[in-house]
Amino acid sequence: MTLLIPAMLNLSCSEKRTTAHVSDSVDYNLHIRPILSDRCFKCHGPDANQRKAHLRLDTPEGAMAALKDNPSAHAILPGDPAKSEVYLRLVTTDTAEVMPPVKSNLKINEHEIALIKKWIEQGAKYKPHWAFIPPKSTPPPDVENTAWGHNEIDQFILAKLEANGLEPNEEADKERLLKRVSFDLTGLPPSLALQDKFMADASPDAYAHVVDELLAQPQYGEKMATYWMDVARYADSHGYQDDGLRTMWPWRDWVIHAFNANYPYDRFITWQLAGDLLPNPTKEQLLATGFNRNHKITQEGGVIDEEYRVEYVTDRTNTFGKAFLALTFECAKCHDHKYDPILQQDYYSTFSFFNQVPEKGLVGDITLASLADPPNMKISTADVEKILTFINKKDTAAVPVMIMKDAPAKRPTYILKRGVYDAHGDRVSVGLPKAIMPFDSTVYGNNRLGLARWLTDKKNPLTARVFVNRMWQEFFGRGLVKTAGDFGMQGEMPSHPELLDWLALDFVNNGWDVKRLLKQFVTSAAYRQSSVVSPKKLATDPENILLSHSTRARMSAENVRDMALASSGLLTKDIGGPSIKPYQPKGIWESSTSGRGVLARYVQDHGDKLYRRGLYCFIKRTVPPPSMLVFDGSNRDQCEVKRLRTNTPLQALVLMNDPVVLESARVFAEKLLQEKSTVEQKTVTAFRAIVARNPKAEELKILMTYFDDEKKVFEASPEKAKQYINAGEYPFANITDVASLAALMQVVHTIYNMEESITKV
Amino acid sequence: MENNEFIKQRYHITRRHFLGKMSLGIGSVALGSLLVPDLFKSGGDEASLLAGLPHFAPKAKRVIYLFQNGAPSQLESFDYKPLLNKMAGQDLPASVRMGQRLTGMTAGQTKFPLVGSNFSFKQYGQSGAWVSELFPNMAKIVDDVCFIKTMNTEAINHDPALTFMQSGAQQGNRPSMGAWLSYGLGSENKNLPAFCVLLSRGRGNGQGVYSKLWSNGFLDSIHQGVQFSSSEERVLYLKDPNGRDREGTRKMLDKLAQLNDMNYQEFGDPEIQARVQQYEMAYRMQTAVPELSDLSQEPDHIIKMYGADCLVPGTYASNCLLARKLSESGVRFVQLYHQGWDQHGNLVGEMPLQAQDVDRSTSALVMDLKQRGLLDETLVIWGGEFGRTNYCQGDLSKDNYGRDHHPRCYTIWMAGGGVKPGLVYGETDEFGYNIVRDPVHVNDFHATVLHLMGLNHEQLTFKHLGRRYRLTDVAGKVVNGILA
Repeated sequence: MTLLIPAMLNLSCSEKRTTAHVSDSVDYNLHIRPILSDRCFKCHGPDANQRKAHLRLDTPEGAMAALKDNPSAHAILPGDPAKSEVYLRLVTTDTAEVMPPVKSNLKINEHEIALIKKWIEQGAKYKPHWAFIPPKSTPPPDVENTAWGHNEIDQFILAKLEANGLEPNEEADKERLLKRVSFDLTGLPPSLALQDKFMADASPDAYAHVVDELLAQPQYGEKMATYWMDVARYADSHGYQDDGLRTMWPWRDWVIHAFNANYPYDRFITWQLAGDLLPNPTKEQLLATGFNRNHKITQEGGVIDEEYRVEYVTDRTNTFGKAFLALTFECAKCHDHKYDPILQQDYYSTFSFFNQVPEKGLVGDITLASLADPPNMKISTADVEKILTFINKKDTAAVPVMIMKDAPAKRPTYILKRGVYDAHGDRVSVGLPKAIMPFDSTVYGNNRLGLARWLTDKKNPLTARVFVNRMWQEFFGRGLVKTAGDFGMQGEMPSHPELLDWLALDFVNNGWDVKRLLKQFVTSAAYRQSSVVSPKKLATDPENILLSHSTRARMSAENVRDMALASSGLLTKDIGGPSIKPYQPKGIWESSTSGRGVLARYVQDHGDKLYRRGLYCFIKRTVPPPSMLVFDGSNRDQCEVKRLRTNTPLQALVLMNDPVVLESARVFAEKLLQEKSTVEQKTVTAFRAIVARNPKAEELKILMTYFDDEKKVFEASPEKAKQYINAGEYPFANITDVASLAALMQVVHTIYNMEESITKV
Repeated sequence: MENNEFIKQRYHITRRHFLGKMSLGIGSVALGSLLVPDLFKSGGDEASLLAGLPHFAPKAKRVIYLFQNGAPSQLESFDYKPLLNKMAGQDLPASVRMGQRLTGMTAGQTKFPLVGSNFSFKQYGQSGAWVSELFPNMAKIVDDVCFIKTMNTEAINHDPALTFMQSGAQQGNRPSMGAWLSYGLGSENKNLPAFCVLLSRGRGNGQGVYSKLWSNGFLDSIHQGVQFSSSEERVLYLKDPNGRDREGTRKMLDKLAQLNDMNYQEFGDPEIQARVQQYEMAYRMQTAVPELSDLSQEPDHIIKMYGADCLVPGTYASNCLLARKLSESGVRFVQLYHQGWDQHGNLVGEMPLQAQDVDRSTSALVMDLKQRGLLDETLVIWGGEFGRTNYCQGDLSKDNYGRDHHPRCYTIWMAGGGVKPGLVYGETDEFGYNIVRDPVHVNDFHATVLHLMGLNHEQLTFKHLGRRYRLTDVAGKVVNGILA
């Protein structure tokens, strides 16, 4: 497998590369398919309608058959590039003949041409797409440095590092490791008590204990749910232009519960996809199906009902493809997929599973606004007391939640020509793309439950790999397959294919146990490395694909908020419940609303609700919380499996001026001033609570000098001090030394703004 | 500073961020220029990175898009159809409708009585363009304007139509026009975002706008439109907290830079230094934005041009003036939305108010840019998301009527920025229902705007989840007939 590395490291800049050594052994999946798919399949791929010159290059039969226009010639003649039209068209200087055509703006560089030439010379062997072959069991490879590593993950990682002449980093220092694992498992900084305990525990299993402790905290479920909200495009409003209120939050509470109770992943997704079709479904199983009702629903008067009903089914189908299979199903809505073996017929066969809901495109416009369009169910206080105990419902009124249901009479499903809602083509029955895994309805059943059974069948090549990869992405900063949303032809090859397969099989063979999987991750030596990047490592592997160190990563939008609230002690620890409306700059909802519906105006909450985690911030789809968007939060328009991580000036503005950060700084400073301690001790405490480590001497010096300077400034202008500390609604402590408070608040606020504070180090 | 070293390092950050997301091409460079706007100004190592410049010489450098949200009627503004007055009350002939689908609001109507404009039309300027009495000031600038009477769209409802106009797709989370241009061309001003959004509300029936319209979609969030508000704090979170002045913030940033630098020494992660740079740009924005949005220093003759409303923050007039100032300062794309153009009923009552709110300041903006010599390099666009039906929605009374949504034809106009002035492009039939000549589809419109900005719409792509996305999706032709 050593030959993989050079090629893999250059995958992402393959278009740019022109002069590189061509491997002795060229591999279709590794070297050739990425080129053919990206530059050729659009016209010579699976989509029969768009196929040019009747030639397809995605199958050996197609590529090696006699050419339609010139039966004596072949696109590919194995062993003989000079007689292979594919090669000749790449090297010709005739602009009318050259491929890809000039007009396409696509190019194949010399290195890639050399690869294709060699591949043809070596017999042009096609291989099936890696992601559609079931995972193969490979024992962890042997490594030279047998002293390094804690579990199997490390052997896979180290073998590849050694093959590339890189060494792993040493373990991160204890403080930073604790911060990392605390954020990864709970989304919160480690408390001072936990820091003290862990630092004092010199036993060899101190770290393992901390991991168990964190996994057992209810905040673990919140952290995991935060990710799942993006996948499920959860929001508190219906979307589209009038964007009325909906009450899907009990479903969100269920997700938190499911993670905390460590439901096996196969059960977790089966209930969401088909809980209603299980025998005698419980209310909990029905509630789980809310997953497929989280899509946007229009309330725009005058829409064509069927157009939107079809839109909702489309959303479910696309979400199914992306969330569980990491495939771009949506590309096959209007025509056969250009790259992947998903026919338009496959698309509508899958669509058919989701097309049975007794629902309308438009139930009522905003004046008749419904919190939960049918089918729905009501959750009463009795339900919460008896069955749905995980729901945080304080109000006595019943809460309606949208759920899934199949109508008794099957609705016929047709291929929709060009994807247009009323352009019916041939009728189709339920099914799934053959290339992934054949779907036999007599085995699985011909409804969504059958779909879920197919999905969680141990033989399904994608389900476990896709989930394991997503979790890897969340914990290691980059998926083993970087394109976590695309395992198809246009997706990237896995960086560590054997590890991915090993993890997927291990996951399934151990009962789809999510907590066990994550424990494997965080106890590995690979995870526990320090994040120091040497210039050599930065130069050879700038993306840290090989994991020669830990990757520093800015926290999610939600966790930036959580960090400020938790470290200052403001955080409300309540789990679940209706979403809350925190401080928000004035007029944002009002300036963009149509003026109709209960969400036309933003009515901010008060008291404890102001201090709840980012997960609970109200998401109005047309105007999501601006500070969240600035930190790359999702607008929940559609299923997302990977957030961007950007670094922008607006983020600086939020951290410098958002009231929630200023209030946290003020309340924290008040608390510190009331303690009997020196300024130095106060500064250290603040630093530890926020950055989760002790400050270095020089850092401490900078901050203490800063405190003295600021104190003088505020003493000279007491009015300014009074204004500055007037941050937030949290009750004010009785502190007379306003200059000291303002100066300390300024120091705390500065610590909040440190790059390390919002970074998983 | 060792310039080359600096460039290399920035290049490295960009690479680290974006390797794999795209081949090193247009976007990464433009983005780099935004992170450190001065970077590409001088010679040296960056020669190899200049792929980020426009594909060919641009006609326009900046866009001001005056979006008329809700869809103003073309039949009461610029598409004069006297036949409708003559045939008022008669049913729309099936031969004209040709099975065009209807919205749910008129699908139930048994009759589709034609109705002509309640407002009179006259021809203006050398071009002889028809303009209704509702827009007396716009009538004065017709020789600077290119009317496109044959815009057409596929969407029939507001949300998808608006999303289509702004992002090239009716559904989905695509980047909007401004984000594409920010991605393709970067910023001209190191203190201001490349893409700014201004909202105002009219007096007619309103339809909402949504932040998705100025979303970066799958592009980097540096390309997200920055919404300016009418409040004292023009950009969200811009204002220093009370009690901390500029000097205080400066000092805080200096301390932060020291602390962050120590971390950089330890970890060597270029992201740390990038964040220090972002704080610096934020600091500069904090000064630049309030200075720029202070309209009180504008001379009297300018205030007179735009109308007294321009001193009331949040009005369309004020946004027009602010748009000029932002654009003048190098903001690549200024997007205005003015709500209230959805006249399903009471068109006679509402449309004059809507027109009154926008007429004067719109024409002032064009004239103002012209007198500053900026119109040539600034593309101004005025228009909505679709047209309105030639028949009445609901009952046609003697003195009032309403019009439903009509995707088959509508009028927008453009001025400056390489567009042929004094032109009326395209023609609709006598009924104002179908296009007779030179249709301009939404994709064509996008292709043309990109072209004017020096970008080939087929080459401005971003690979996301395996597919190369374009603003123009899979279609679009540059409308050569309107190019100067």
